[in-house]
Amino acid sequence: MTGALEVRGLTTRFETRAGPVTAVNDVSFSVAPGRIMGLVGESGSGKSVTGFSILGLIEEPGRVTGGSVLVEGQDLRALKPDQMRRMRGRKVSMVFQDPMMTLNPVLRVGDQMSMAVRVHEKMSKRAAWDRAREALEIVGIPAPAERLKAYPHQLSGGMRQRVAIATALLHRPAVIIADEPTTALDVSIQGQILAEVRRLADETGTAIVWVTHDLAVVSSLADDICVMYAGRIVESGTSEQVITAPRHPYTKGLIESVPSLHEPGRKLPQIPGSTPQLLNLPTGCPFRPRCPRATDICATEPPRLDTDGRHVLCHHPLETT
Amino acid sequence: MTEPLLQIDAVSKRFSRRPGLLTRGLDRLTGTDSAVTVHALTDVSLDVPRGEVMGIVGESGCGKSTLGRIVSGIYAPTDGEVKLDGKPVAQGPDGNVQKLTTRVQMIHQDPFASLNPRMKVGETIAEGPRLHGLMTGEEARQRVRQLLRQVGLEGAYANRLPHQFSGGQRQRIAIARALAMEPELLVLDEAVASLDVSIQAQVLNLFMDLRRELDLTALFISHDLSVVRHVCDRVAIMYLGRVVELATAEELYARPMHPYTEALFASVPTLGTGRAAFKPIKGEIPSPIDPPPGCAFHPRCPFAGPRCRAEVPRLKPSPQGRSVACHLHDGGTGSEETPREVAA
Ligand SMILES: Nc1ncnc2c1ncn2[C@@H]1O[C@H](COP(=O)(O)OP(=O)(O)OP(=O)(O)O)[C@@H](O)[C@H]1O
Ligand SMILES: Nc1ncnc2c1ncn2[C@@H]1O[C@H](COP(=O)(O)OP(=O)(O)OP(=O)(O)O)[C@@H](O)[C@H]1O
Ligand code: SF4
Ligand code: SF4
Ligand SMILES: [Mg+2]
Ligand SMILES: [Mg+2]
Repeated sequence: MTGALEVRGLTTRFETRAGPVTAVNDVSFSVAPGRIMGLVGESGSGKSVTGFSILGLIEEPGRVTGGSVLVEGQDLRALKPDQMRRMRGRKVSMVFQDPMMTLNPVLRVGDQMSMAVRVHEKMSKRAAWDRAREALEIVGIPAPAERLKAYPHQLSGGMRQRVAIATALLHRPAVIIADEPTTALDVSIQGQILAEVRRLADETGTAIVWVTHDLAVVSSLADDICVMYAGRIVESGTSEQVITAPRHPYTKGLIESVPSLHEPGRKLPQIPGSTPQLLNLPTGCPFRPRCPRATDICATEPPRLDTDGRHVLCHHPLETT
Repeated sequence: MTEPLLQIDAVSKRFSRRPGLLTRGLDRLTGTDSAVTVHALTDVSLDVPRGEVMGIVGESGCGKSTLGRIVSGIYAPTDGEVKLDGKPVAQGPDGNVQKLTTRVQMIHQDPFASLNPRMKVGETIAEGPRLHGLMTGEEARQRVRQLLRQVGLEGAYANRLPHQFSGGQRQRIAIARALAMEPELLVLDEAVASLDVSIQAQVLNLFMDLRRELDLTALFISHDLSVVRHVCDRVAIMYLGRVVELATAEELYARPMHPYTEALFASVPTLGTGRAAFKPIKGEIPSPIDPPPGCAFHPRCPFAGPRCRAEVPRLKPSPQGRSVACHLHDGGTGSEETPREVAA
């Protein structure tokens, strides 16, 4: 069966003064309707660039150099720029970490949301306003009719982020890419939004890619997880598989370094070294300088995808029992 | 019992905030007025004995950083007093406060912003002691190398500039700079929050090692409950400028007593608990500009009764030696239902 979103071999490169940087390197995954895929990775691993590449938002000096992006079977990379613009917001939309990237500070929430509706669909102002109110209701905003009359600065951070999510939902897109949308929010507000997003995927069948660096968030929200390292997906699987039985040494290291899994005060298992610089990645496996399982072959041969069951990019993946 | 190293005595802090240009413009547009008083801290009292790591936990805007800055002598409290070893940490009015001690050092969240980008890290580390005439020339160079090694970096790094280091390394440098002053109390304000997960563990391990070696006392400010559980001995939970619960980390996590603490624990996703295992707290965080009357948590509290809307609950020691500020644990909320068993 086809997913709502199918990404195959996506590769995005930036020509920087110091040399070319492959920020997204041969990335493939698919998300079925109603499922949430957590894209996790540390700073600079390529999560945001993956999201922007899917939406065709990469700008100079960057370029998507390969791969395909299928939304409900249609290849977005084959579209002309104006066709792509029509897809955005309608079939696939994005929610950013900072909701003010979506919201205009000098327009009332209702005005900007109904404008967003009328860009893609012919309907009366009144009907568009109603649609906006429904969208606010769906994301759990109390007194939505009142909020439509507010300016963004009159709303709390959590409310603004909900408005941004509601705006992304206006056309019932097949796919939503959410880039760290709760990172700046308080835990109690984050909890509310996560619960609503989960309900949303279940009820509307929207496929969601949830980008985050927070393993705990994906483990409680997502159905499936892709772990990125240095531009590649190094491991994927269902949330349960990845969290309870990681196969890639990096994933295992990440999970083990989470304090809540250890007796308080004990030394935490730590991944040595620092996050890699994409400009001078080591040959072979990019994780090698930090990897406890590395052997000679890891220094010379880039690992190839082990598609035997779960996707693991490693010469010596951990056995699952 | 000996006197605690740090005494925070009935500290309150209010800011009067003049709105920025943009807000004033929007105010005119929308006919509102944003000039206000922010109640950042209200009547906070805490004692931290020597050698203890006290965690300060709470959501954005509850006053954690303000408390850290007052303890560090950067802000003056509006009311109340902070003492280190029985002596005040600062004097003078707000806006012109004078730090009276170098024995409290603060480490901030953002290691990028807190290091001077044009200064070699060795100079950055030695700057404080030099300014205070604690050491000179060769002595300083030796000490810098020793400090760098102590935080797990090579002594030779002293000649490099901050941009040549990763976030985790920069945070180590910030720690080395603080340690150079031989502080008795460290205030760590979200010190690992901006670090990648794989790097966070390195810095937490370093902190735990240093703490043992140097017998440090610390105020560890964080919104990350699992990090706090791991490194703190006692924990104060704050809500809207007040401490609402205080207990040893072990007791607090095993059995939270304040409804906010309980709800906070339940709303945080934790690794491996699986889907839908967390229950979000309802409602918005109220504004410190116009805090709700009575218990500030009452608009979101499932147990709120009439008394909660009228009377501010005091932080009272419970029979188990823990402190909690909630009417449920102090005579009831005034509603029909019987008060919850304190030892439930
Ligand atoms: N405009 C650009 N020019 C050059 N390099 C870029 C540009 N945008 C991104 N990159 C590089 O692409 C890589 C991936 O960046 P990306 O923003 O996707 O990371 P991320 O995983 O989203 O990290 P974070 O968690 O910090 O948001 C980085 O190494 C970054 O330096
Ligand atoms: N210098 C200041 N002037 C005016 N208001 C301030 C100032 N510093 C803090 N505040 C206000 O005081 C309250 C408490 O802020 P504080 O920074 O202490 O919170 P916090 O708990 O550290 O939050 P966070 O988790 O977001 O860092 C907030 O409402 C904040 O806006
Ligand atoms: S390929 Fe080798 S170096 Fe890379 S993660 Fe696997 S074992 Fe480690
Ligand atoms: S005092 Fe009342 S409102 Fe406040 S936490 Fe206790 S029960 Fe809830
Ligand atoms: Mg990003
Ligand atoms: Mg703060």
